Amino acid sequence: MSGMPILSIVTWLPVLGALFVLSIRGDSEFAAQNARRVALWTTTITFGMSLLLWTEFDTGTAGFQFEEQYSWLGDSITYHMGVDGISMLFIILTTFLMPACILASWTTIQDRVKEYMIAFLILETLMIGVFSALDLVLFYLFFEGGLIPMFLIIGIWGGARRVYASFKFFLYTLIGSVLMLLAIMAIYWQTGTMDIVTLLDKADIPADMQFWLWLAFFASFAVKMPMWPFHTWLPDAHVEAPTAGSVILAGILLKMGGYGFLRFSLPMFPLASELFAPMVFWISVIAIIYASLVALMQEDVKKLIAYSSVAHMGFVTMGIFTVTMQGVQGGIFQMLSHGIVSAALFLCVGVVYDRMHTREIAAYGGLVHRMPVYAFTFMIFTMANVGLPGTSGFVGEFLTLVGAFQVNGWVALFATFGVILSAGYALWLYRKMIFGALEKESLKTITDMNWREISYFVPLIVLTILFGVYPGPVLDVTAMSVENLIENYHAAIDAAHAVVAH
Amino acid sequence: MTETLPNLVPAIPEIILGCGAMLLLMLGAFRTKDISEGIYSLCVLLLLVAGAVVLFIPGGTQVTFDGGFVFDEFARFMKILTMGASALAIIMSRSYFRAEKFSRFEYPILIVLATAGMMLMISAGNMMSLYMGLELQSLALYVVAAIQRDSTRATEAGLKYFVLGALASGMLLYGISLIYGFTGSMEFTEIAHAATNDHGNIGLVFGLVFLLAGLAFKVSAVPFHMWTPDVYEGAPTPVTAFFAAAPKIAAMAIFIRTMITAFPTIANDWQQIIVFISIASMVLGAFAAIGQRNIKRLMAYSSIGHMGFALVGLAAGSQAGVRGVIIYLAIYVAMTVGTFVCILAMRRSDGMVEDIDDLAGLGKNNPMMGFLLAMLLFSLAGIPPLAGFFGKFYVFLAAIEAELYTLAIIGVLASVVGAFYYLRIIKIIYFDEPAERFVPMASELRVILGVAALFIILFIVYPSPLISAAGNAASSLF
Repeated sequence: MSGMPILSIVTWLPVLGALFVLSIRGDSEFAAQNARRVALWTTTITFGMSLLLWTEFDTGTAGFQFEEQYSWLGDSITYHMGVDGISMLFIILTTFLMPACILASWTTIQDRVKEYMIAFLILETLMIGVFSALDLVLFYLFFEGGLIPMFLIIGIWGGARRVYASFKFFLYTLIGSVLMLLAIMAIYWQTGTMDIVTLLDKADIPADMQFWLWLAFFASFAVKMPMWPFHTWLPDAHVEAPTAGSVILAGILLKMGGYGFLRFSLPMFPLASELFAPMVFWISVIAIIYASLVALMQEDVKKLIAYSSVAHMGFVTMGIFTVTMQGVQGGIFQMLSHGIVSAALFLCVGVVYDRMHTREIAAYGGLVHRMPVYAFTFMIFTMANVGLPGTSGFVGEFLTLVGAFQVNGWVALFATFGVILSAGYALWLYRKMIFGALEKESLKTITDMNWREISYFVPLIVLTILFGVYPGPVLDVTAMSVENLIENYHAAIDAAHAVVAH
Repeated sequence: MTETLPNLVPAIPEIILGCGAMLLLMLGAFRTKDISEGIYSLCVLLLLVAGAVVLFIPGGTQVTFDGGFVFDEFARFMKILTMGASALAIIMSRSYFRAEKFSRFEYPILIVLATAGMMLMISAGNMMSLYMGLELQSLALYVVAAIQRDSTRATEAGLKYFVLGALASGMLLYGISLIYGFTGSMEFTEIAHAATNDHGNIGLVFGLVFLLAGLAFKVSAVPFHMWTPDVYEGAPTPVTAFFAAAPKIAAMAIFIRTMITAFPTIANDWQQIIVFISIASMVLGAFAAIGQRNIKRLMAYSSIGHMGFALVGLAAGSQAGVRGVIIYLAIYVAMTVGTFVCILAMRRSDGMVEDIDDLAGLGKNNPMMGFLLAMLLFSLAGIPPLAGFFGKFYVFLAAIEAELYTLAIIGVLASVVGAFYYLRIIKIIYFDEPAERFVPMASELRVILGVAALFIILFIVYPSPLISAAGNAASSLF
């Protein structure tokens, strides 16, 4: 397989599909159906191709694999792609969620279907690109380029306040990112390269410069993550976005922040990371507790899940900045698990929203009587969201807490309250919507999930349980790269302290 | 001393344009039949021929007319860009004037004459030829602004432009005279030499400030931007489209050449001024555009902002900075031309409309035009992976190298504010309910829009030719 540029094929295949959709003529229902089919086939094939990455992946090395490099912009900026243990699984997660998104939009999107599918396919390429780019400028292109399709998805196919939400999403993210762009330029003039592999090898950036660069990168990733207090765009965007848009937001886009911390902040600015780690811890703890409390008060299902995302991302940032094996592994695992679970929860909301056209919690109740399959599905993901042992949610939270205990017991203690609170809001939501008597007139005729809906929930359920019981395959993939990251980090800090001691 | 003719080879394109324009003027004036349609085509042809000649002038820096005229890679690049923009402006105006039943053969000829002036400016090697080129350009532009003489708005725009332009020319001349007085020379290279020996002379700096004021007026940088919104709004749309592209390139080119070749030794003195006008332009362009409802006025503020971004590269004062400005201008021309094609296509059965709200639902009424215009606007906002991002990328890269951190941070933040008003137009195109349809676009406009938008979207695939050409052009100045 060595001769085939798998990574580029996986990355650019969706654009090819988008061109196919573009070539479909006419506005008839038939053309719309064709657009859906092409999109589904493209995303499925892309997923199949991306599995090759996993099967061919060598877990015994920390270096980058499937590397490709071509000259592109002048001498210093190249088209350099590759994956390591940290990034590989995010690509699989992206390609895995996309067919579900297309299926979830199958009947809900009736307006401008072609444009919708094109936006999603292009977004997929850009998201995969973020996780596989090994050049700073290339990374930035993919990272920022995703704003355009997402802006249009929220704005065109979104809910009532879609204009406000799409503007807020776009401008918030942009303002963080432009500062990162300046930092990228500063790195270039300091080190003479934009190549991430070279930079990871020997990023000798002076401590005072690391300080500013770290802050600039933080501005971008903290917004994207989103960390408290930069999270306010997220509930708006989630609430207004169409179901598949929320799935992508929660499943993939939020993970770019965490990925950014792991790929750039920790290895390239270790001294600044050490300096800022306590701040990140406390912001994370505030995010966990505050967002959970806010989630308790929500009347809108999507908003509740959005705030629960903010809380769960708090565990991720906490885990990452412990820079311990458990913390970082746990952070990555939590991101993957949250990518599956929160995506599934938004899909669950989509199922009832398609039938009732309301997201108000109070409008539901007693769904278990008419929708047993739905109740079961929703339960699995609610439990995973709570972090019940046996689901994937538990593994991530547990590992990050273990990591946090080694560094700062108080942080871990307060973060644990978040686990309890998450049980509070998630179970409360479940009881309100699913249990109780079926009293509302409008709900009396509601139908259970059809085969199309079940078809995209089955793999999500399987993975949630599988990774909860047997997280080995995931942790094996990430282990070498994470170990390498942590070793380099501590080596850099020890070296700096040694200089100070002399 | 024997009288010999100066080497005319580097100036052949200007000679072609000048003589050609005269000939066409005679043709138009003495033919009794209305042949303005033919003259439009001939003017485009003239520009194309001159452009081809520019391409084939042998390489290397050539100086002629006793140092008054310089032809180098920088001039080659800028001249081709200018002539391309002018030719497109002529082509774009045809359908408009036809629909308005306005036929004047002088219009394309004046554009050719203005272009000749711009090319002289780009190649200027001393203050005299700078001023000559500038005035040749400006006089033609004043007339062009008021060419629709029965329209009070156009006449007002032309008059306003003329009065303020004359003021700016006066300041420029005063600056030149001061510089001549304190350095004893008109020629850029000698001024540079004299400025070294006479470092920090307050009189020279005084002259420099006046010179900068005049040049800033021509590129419409804050605080000399006041004419721009009124002229953009008042002039006929194809004239605005012309004003937004070609004259900006030429003015920016002479701005760069003067600063880099005449005052490299007192860079500290002019850099801080450029930093100031750059910041002021970016910030004012971004904030003032938010409240605009008329799309031509909005584009005026947008162009003020863009000139501010381009000046970021000049403020760096380095080769990388000049390269950044050149890339920025090339991409800016494509974006502006494409956007103005869309503005020209905003025509309903009862005439042109200019409010941004008239674009409502364009994404549904005309999906192709809506999509291309949205991409052009995203590109103007500098969002990757569109070409507009690379323009900003290279100027800010140079600013960071020059350690102008404050400028860079204010600049990128201004670009976020700018993104807001571009997004607002995209919102109107895509999110709002459709308004009345526009009449179909003329075929030549369609072609230009398609080419401009494809360039913007596909630039990322193969960017190196433009980047390396700009690199060559920049290195010829140092």
